[in-house]
Amino acid sequence: MNHATIRIPTPLRVFTKGQDEVKVRAATVGEALANLGEQCPGILERVLDKEGKLRPFVNVYVGSADVRSMKGLATAVDAGAVLSIVPAVAGGRR
Amino acid sequence: MKAKDKRLSDLKATIAEVTPKDASALQKQGAVLIDVREPDEVAQGSPAGAHRIVRGFLELRVEDAAPDPTKTVLVMCAGGVRSLFAAEGLKLLGYKDVRSVAGGFNRWKQDGLPVEVPRTLSDRDRERYSRHILMPEVGEKGQLKLLDSRVLLIGAGGLGSPAALYLGAAGVGKLGIVDMDVVDRSNLQRQILHTDERTGTSKVASARTTLSALNPSIEIVGIEARLDSSNVDSILPGWDVVVDGSDNFATRYLVNDACVKHQIPNVHGSIYRFEGQVSVFWPAYPARRGPCYRCLYPEPPPPELAPSCAEAGVLGVLPGVVGTLEAVETIKILLGIGDPLVGRLLHYDALRERFTELTLAPDPACRYCAPGAKFPGYVDYERFCSSTPA
Repeated sequence: MNHATIRIPTPLRVFTKGQDEVKVRAATVGEALANLGEQCPGILERVLDKEGKLRPFVNVYVGSADVRSMKGLATAVDAGAVLSIVPAVAGGRR
Repeated sequence: MKAKDKRLSDLKATIAEVTPKDASALQKQGAVLIDVREPDEVAQGSPAGAHRIVRGFLELRVEDAAPDPTKTVLVMCAGGVRSLFAAEGLKLLGYKDVRSVAGGFNRWKQDGLPVEVPRTLSDRDRERYSRHILMPEVGEKGQLKLLDSRVLLIGAGGLGSPAALYLGAAGVGKLGIVDMDVVDRSNLQRQILHTDERTGTSKVASARTTLSALNPSIEIVGIEARLDSSNVDSILPGWDVVVDGSDNFATRYLVNDACVKHQIPNVHGSIYRFEGQVSVFWPAYPARRGPCYRCLYPEPPPPELAPSCAEAGVLGVLPGVVGTLEAVETIKILLGIGDPLVGRLLHYDALRERFTELTLAPDPACRYCAPGAKFPGYVDYERFCSSTPA
């Protein structure tokens, strides 16, 4: 298990008491998200669907790389890794 | 003997001269021909294919035209005198084979050699865009390219405002603006195209007033409509770049699909409170295969998970940062310079004051942009964006 940081996007900070980063311990992205879910109840439903897969409007990156282009939730998380959850955002004009 | 004549005879003894006919033949073999006359002389005509660098800037700019100092450089003026001085300057810079065209452009013309009238900027435009023209990456040629360019802005709001202002100021010749809203007082905290006295009036009309005051020479095409499947194919084709500053997922997916279909680069910006995202979705980018918006987010979030800025709020300056970055990407694409944000997402966190670059991969199975994919058609975007996935 490695220590890693997950960057939380603004819309999900309602689940993290406003924090923009959460520290987790994990060996894979899936474990990191599970650990995040334990610390911040309710957040995972926004990130994963009922089958536990990443929702189609949310991407997770390890460093700068999209986990979908690697091994998905099985992607390894190294010590000190920075994960980013980046959802689709519509905002602009109004 | 006058000092000038003494200097000239010295130069004639040291600088090689070439007839216009021989210069034209050498040019065909790859020699660089530089016309060093003043802009008003060049505007009347100049040798076809010549580089035009006014004498005063010759040493400063010659390396853009002739990067290899071992290559033959032919220097021309009107009669063959100024070109002797210019040639000496190039020799001092280290050019090995510099020749002055004897008789200059006058004899070139008399000999019936090929002449072209180069398109040049007016004095007024040369003054207005002088800080662009000074940069070799833009120059007069690039500025003319911008003046010939057409950019369509989706939305004259938070993102569209700074993008339109900077693109208009930069001299993008034709700016299209699609918006059907009227100016609301709550817009003015960030939508800097508009003014307090224009609340309640059309955003497109307000944008036109502001942009025409900034740069009267550009053309503004106002499109007061809501972009949808029925009008998108009549609105989008013909624009060089689309700048997406829309505020809802239905429009974002529609703009993506239409840009993929018509192979138009889609400069994307989105904002939420203190966070912004910028990217360029352009699967047809020749240098590198990048994703479209659907590769990144195959489906929009259900509405209850996607509060708009109207509900969630946004820092007024944030669209200024993100919309300005969209303008930068647009100008780079129009000029064909630098590395666009194709296949890269720039994420901006204003509270931390931190930019993070994320790598985006195209989805090889994307129904819209995968190589060889037949365009599947537009969908009902309102429905697509209002259904709640399981």
